[in-house]
This record gives sequence, structure tokens and C-alpha cells, in this order.
Amino acid sequence: MRATASERPPGEPRLVGYLYLLPALVAFTAFVLVPLGRAVWLSFYDWDGVTPGTWTGLDNYAELFSEEALRGAFAHALVLLFFYALLPVGIGLLLAGLVARARVRGLAFFRTVLFLPQVIALVVVAVMWRMIYDPGSGALNELLRTFGLGSLTQSWLGDFNLALPAVGVVGTWVWFGLAMVLLMAGVQKIPASLYDAARVDGAGMVREFFAVTLPALRGEIAVALTLTTIAALRNFDLIYITTKGGPGDATSVPAFQVYDRAFQTGEVGSAAAIGIALTAIIFCFSFVINRTAERGYAL
Amino acid sequence: MTSRRELTLTYVVLGAFSLFALAPVVGIVLTALQDPDGLAAFGSFNGLHPSNFADAWRDGNFGPYLRSSVIVMVVVVAVASVLSVLAGYAFGMMRFRGSQVLFYVVLLGLMIPTEAIVVPLYYDYRDAGLTDTYWALILPQIGTSVAFGTFWMRAFFRTVPRSLVEAARIDGASSWFTLWRVVLPLARPAVLTMMLLLSMWTWNEFLLALVMVTDEGLRTAPLGLSFFQGRNQTDLTLLAAGAVIVATPIVLLYVFLQRHFIRGMLSGAVKG
Repeated sequence: MRATASERPPGEPRLVGYLYLLPALVAFTAFVLVPLGRAVWLSFYDWDGVTPGTWTGLDNYAELFSEEALRGAFAHALVLLFFYALLPVGIGLLLAGLVARARVRGLAFFRTVLFLPQVIALVVVAVMWRMIYDPGSGALNELLRTFGLGSLTQSWLGDFNLALPAVGVVGTWVWFGLAMVLLMAGVQKIPASLYDAARVDGAGMVREFFAVTLPALRGEIAVALTLTTIAALRNFDLIYITTKGGPGDATSVPAFQVYDRAFQTGEVGSAAAIGIALTAIIFCFSFVINRTAERGYAL
Repeated sequence: MTSRRELTLTYVVLGAFSLFALAPVVGIVLTALQDPDGLAAFGSFNGLHPSNFADAWRDGNFGPYLRSSVIVMVVVVAVASVLSVLAGYAFGMMRFRGSQVLFYVVLLGLMIPTEAIVVPLYYDYRDAGLTDTYWALILPQIGTSVAFGTFWMRAFFRTVPRSLVEAARIDGASSWFTLWRVVLPLARPAVLTMMLLLSMWTWNEFLLALVMVTDEGLRTAPLGLSFFQGRNQTDLTLLAAGAVIVATPIVLLYVFLQRHFIRGMLSGAVKG
């Protein structure tokens, strides 16, 4: 990507630029890039964190495919991707489609409320949802009983099949507001003339959504998907507080495996390899999402 | 223009999702206010007992936790903001060889998750005797914050009219003078947004605190809450009160300055 004349920063070439950059680059290199390099280095070793490690080459990476616990962790991350990214963006699009045609009053209020889950610490969110899912006094089971659906009450976070979707719903709760607000803001920037034209052609709500709203929101969809995808893949706090990866390995995710292996079971090299693989996957997803949006293929 | 039916549908959907967003928050606040000796169920209303907050504060040792959080947050945000303004100024307003490449490195750096670097950070800081100090929490977060801050400030500096800077230069102003006296006064909203987002992320950071610190006196608020939960499985009311205490500072900032939070997050803000 080459900068065009209008994008280029003003002024003549200035060597003093390096001087302004230096402190930030030093901090960034020392506290992020060097540790990342060290993680790559560690990932080639079998090391328990105490005794000298042994070089094992790519074994730790091969384990990502061969070891069932790790395959499972990455598969769980993909399931969470649905709850953290696809579902919120889907809900956001639905709402953007509605708001596109209507002149809603009090949008600022709705925006404030919808965005609120974003600013609450994930540890607090997790504590909150543990209480909601609690099999005895939890709000969800209480609600079911109130509506005479007592037979549906569950130990939501303790059930092998339900725990992962249950954690996923928490992710949906955290992220859907951001997707909604982002897409609603995008919709307001679409020129009204486009909608008028669609209406003259007799387009209904659904046609209008696919012909006008969806293509115009490409950029916003890409931002929303990037943010939520990264959040889904690196998700640690929620899992650690709600389930600790359990029951069994039912909600174990890559980030939890990193923590568990590096600081509990003494498989430091393996933990580093998982972290590097996670970073690579995040890079790939971000790249593909943003490329797709730029090129303009329908999402 | 829009039919009544469509408008009603819009409000119903907006209202339903707003309720979904708000219900758990209201629920935990009500739980925190329950009669501590009465029935304890999430979200049920059972009188107002604000004294629960005082009890949770004392039992949960939240005073020192909040102090640690404030210390870490203030240092990280102050240092990262200054470095980001300087670097963003260079990226946004100056031309020099390699600026594109260096910027792409920062851009990639934005996406590096803490989960990937926390392993070597712990073992290297342990060997350097830095674990169980504030430095172990502050230094890595300066690194990740600077990546976002540089990205953010560059975007702002690119919007500053060239003519302003060129006029300053013709008047003989140094680049340093131009930054602080000419450009930065315009940047106040952008800098405030950046500082709020960095504050929020630093306050809410959990994994780094969990790994780097075992000393009770150094624990940050989210870490303190997780320990409070660990040893306090039965008392719902106190736990809810503790959770509200930990969330409140950032939520208050959000309520008063929500425009900044929303604008920042919507522009694609992401921090490792």
C-alpha cells in the first residue's frame, strides 16, 4: 500500500522524526516484541520452568494437532467465535436494518445502555453470570420456575454439553452492544437518497437491507468482526472465573491452556507454542476479514 | 415515511436488547443491596442495605486492591500517553525513511494478545527479581498501551490541517514547540479518549495480575475480586457488593464521558 499525495504527512523529510519515535519504540520493543521473540524461542523447548530445558524443535507445535486436549481447546475457541463474533454482528445487522428506515428517538439513551457491558471488567462480568447460572439461587433457573418451566432448570455451567454455550452467551452479552452501536452509527451515514431510490423501485424491508444497508456497512462489519474475533480467540478471564475449563475439559480454550501449562503443570514450552499459534491465528483472521471487506466481496 | 408498524417493531427490538444488556447489571446491584441475613437469590429485591458495601470493603480487603489498581493505572496511562503523543506526532506529521514499515509493526503489535507474551514475561521477570513488584504490572502494560496509543494519535495527527504546521514552521517554530503549543491544544479530545480507553483496559486487566503478583498487598482490584470469590462461595450478597465496588470506578467514568468511550471503541480500538 503506497501513500497517495494527500495521505502523506506534511513537511519535508525530517530526521528528528526518529527521535520522537524512539521512546515509544523502545518501550514497545522491550515489553512486547522481545517477549514475543522469547515466546517463539521457548516454544522450541521442553521446559518445566525450573530445571534446564531440552530442545525439541517443532514437537510442541506438532502437539497442537496430535494432542486431543489441545485440539479440543482450539475447537472450543471456534465455537465461541460463533457466540462472540457471529451472533453479536448478526444481531447488530438486524437492528441496523431496522433503524435504517426509522427515525428513532432516544437513540443516545439506547446507545449508552447497549454499550454498558463493554466497560465492565470481565472478572465482574464472570462473577455476575456465575450467579445468574447458579443451579440453586441463580436468576436463570428462578426465571424458568416462575414461568412454570421448572423442568428445564439446569446446572448450566456444570453440564458437559451446556457449559460451553453458556459461557458463549456471556460473550454475546459483552459484545452485542458494541456491534449494534457500531453498525447503527454506520447506517446513519448512508445517504438517504439510496433508500429513496430503493423505495421508488418498490423494495421492501428485506430487499432494501440486502441491496443498500449490507453493502454500505462493509467497513463497520469488518471492524466489528475483527474486534469480536480477537476477543473470542484470546478469551481467558471469563473461562478462568466461571468454569476453570471444566467440567472436565468441556470449556477449555487456548488461552486457558497457556495459563494452565505455563503456571500449573510445568509445560512451559508447550504453553509458549499455544500462545504463538494463537497469535498467528489472530493475525490470519484479522487479515482475511479486512481483505474481504476491502475487496468488496459480499460477506 | 416509515410505517407505524415498523417503528413500533424497532422500539420493541431495541427495548428488548437494552433490557438484555441492563438486566444482569441491575440484578447484581440489587443483589448487593439485599438483606445479608435474608433470602439470597440473584437479582431479587429484598430491602436496601448499603452497609453491605462497607462489609465487603472490609472483609474483601478492597482498600489495598483499589490502591494498587490506581497506582498501576496512573503510571501506565501517564507514561504511555506521553510516549504515544510523541510517536503519533512523528508518524502523522513527519516524513522519514521506514515510517511505513515501522507503523505496520505497531499495527501488528496491536493484535498480539497478552496471552502470547505472558509466559516469557513471567519467567524473565522472575529471573530478574521483578515479579511481585508493581513493575511487573506496569512495564508490560506500557508496551501494549503504547501500541494502541501510537495508532490512535497518528490517526488524529493526520487530520490536523497542514497549513497550520507549515505556518508555524515559516514562523520559525521548532517541531517541539509546534507539537506542544500549536497542535496539542487541538488534540485534547483525542488525548482524553485515548487516556480513558487505556485507563479502562489497565483497570480491567486480569491475566497479567494473576500471573505476576502473589503478594496480597500488590493485587489489583479484579484479581482481588477473584480471590474474594474463591474464599467466599456462600455469601452472595457480599460477593455482589465486591463486584460492584470493582466495576464502579470505570462505570462512573463511562457514565460521565460515554461519548469518548464509544467513539474510541467504534474506531476499531483493540489492545493486546
